[in-house]
Amino acid sequence: MTALPRAERRSRAPYLFVAPAVLLFVAFLAVPIGYAIYLSARGLRLTGKGIFGTREEVFVGLDNYVKTLTDPGFFAGFGRLALYGLISVPLTLGLALLFALLLDHAGSRAKRFSRTAIFIPYAVPGVTASLLWGFMYLPSTSPFSYLTRELGLGEIPFLGAGGIYPSLANIAVWGGVGFNMIIIFTSLRGIPSELYDAARIDGASEWQIAWRVKIPLVAPALVLTGLFSLIGTLQVYGEPTTVKPMTSEISGDWVPLMHIYRDAFVRDDLALASAASVLLAVGTLVVSVLLLKVTQKRAFGGMQ
Amino acid sequence: MSAANSVLTHRRAQILPTIVLLLGSIYCLVPVAWVLVASTKSSGELFSTFTFAPGTGLLDNLRDLFTYGNGLYLRWTANSALYAIAGAAASTLISALAGYAMAKYDFRGRSLLFYAILAGVLVPGMTLAIPQYLIMSELDLVGGYWSVLLPSLISPFGIYLARVYAMASVPDSTMEAARIDGASEYRIFGSIGMPMMVPGMVTIFLLQFVGIWNNFLLPFIMLSDESKFPITVGLYTVLSKGSGQPTLYGIAIVGAAVSVIPLIVLLLSLQRFWRLDLLSGGLKG
Repeated sequence: MTALPRAERRSRAPYLFVAPAVLLFVAFLAVPIGYAIYLSARGLRLTGKGIFGTREEVFVGLDNYVKTLTDPGFFAGFGRLALYGLISVPLTLGLALLFALLLDHAGSRAKRFSRTAIFIPYAVPGVTASLLWGFMYLPSTSPFSYLTRELGLGEIPFLGAGGIYPSLANIAVWGGVGFNMIIIFTSLRGIPSELYDAARIDGASEWQIAWRVKIPLVAPALVLTGLFSLIGTLQVYGEPTTVKPMTSEISGDWVPLMHIYRDAFVRDDLALASAASVLLAVGTLVVSVLLLKVTQKRAFGGMQ
Repeated sequence: MSAANSVLTHRRAQILPTIVLLLGSIYCLVPVAWVLVASTKSSGELFSTFTFAPGTGLLDNLRDLFTYGNGLYLRWTANSALYAIAGAAASTLISALAGYAMAKYDFRGRSLLFYAILAGVLVPGMTLAIPQYLIMSELDLVGGYWSVLLPSLISPFGIYLARVYAMASVPDSTMEAARIDGASEYRIFGSIGMPMMVPGMVTIFLLQFVGIWNNFLLPFIMLSDESKFPITVGLYTVLSKGSGQPTLYGIAIVGAAVSVIPLIVLLLSLQRFWRLDLLSGGLKG
């Protein structure tokens, strides 16, 4: 080391600093993707003839992708996911923004308590949250259905055909509101208060200030939270899986990741599961990039 | 507008927002309150009494929980703690090193690395769980602690955040001054860069900790030996076995209640260390 000139030592330092991250990135993100792409082009095919034919792993090109893309079950999973996301994402972001604005509003009381209370679900794992809500949905243990039964209204079909989407989306909203609220709230706190004073002098109401000044200024935080909610939605797995034993409405391939899991471990078709994984990962990347493009790269673009 | 009228509107400006915030708080607290109450019920009471009335079975439930499968529950808690603490600590350090280098040095491949990290943020690890499983089985690590720990060490979002924190909190001039004093680059990171990044690193640690603690799919895929399960997978297996057995429902509920408490306490006590302001500040560029 001592023999090296200073400048050279300095130029070596950043490589050593990033080395662990790069190694892990390659080993557990890049290589798995590459391996999945390789596997997705292979499959078991019958070779030889008649009763002496054997199943061998061979190169099958895009067969697995064609099979995945033409599988109505896989697409149905995306359809269910879209319905679920259409309920959960806007509600999570809308409520998070509403609570953040109210926390920032000078007139509100009980702010400390509310901020803490609304943040608490973040500490509850999705699987545990699904378990809690699942029992609160289950007719025999639900406090809500207990009340409606006492009132002579019968049980609320939380886990029935119509109720399952809002019920599952509610678990995501419950778990996501607090964290997103904190991100938007901290972003609101960063706005210099002179901006509000100027608007007030111009005669703007608190409502107008929120709508015309605060919301546009926290747009980057909204894009970021929207992006993470979207990515979170595409990888939903634990929640429906946990609620599944409690209802007959959730099939074994209810969302894409459950479909992939079933292909890989129940049907033992790793090649097909790899193709579907690659499609899901690429799909997520495309959706995120599109969202960032549409919102003019407000979230990450400013960092370049 | 008369004086009385203006007082009234002022009142209204306080009451409505406060009511909405309190409704939000109730919404967020009810399930936690419910599970705490439900954990006090015997399995008979669970299905028969009003669900917010406390029961008489708390001690029995706790005994059932901690004796289930010869103390599996404590094992799961210890496993979750191991995965989350070791995983989050190591990944925070790795992220800090990489983020600091990307923020403070100009080196070849830096922008390639940045785009790779960004792609990593946008492609969720969960979609890679099956490919990761395949790699782990090639390496013969499936089923062991490492199969869950290793993939959680790399956090593209953590690296991204560390870069934001390093840009915001480590001044170039301080680093330059240390260089003139003859400090090596490693020394500068250890005694100047890292201490300045500590608030940001605490945030990365907490995000990673909660992320790993909450992870379900990765350990669910990698592990088959019950004694290596984290709490999430453990409770799930109890629940899925419980369909026909009400006692297992009781164990799942009390297990959920007990597992929720320490994490809430941890999060609340560390609340003031959250530095998400830097995150949204950095986002504005």
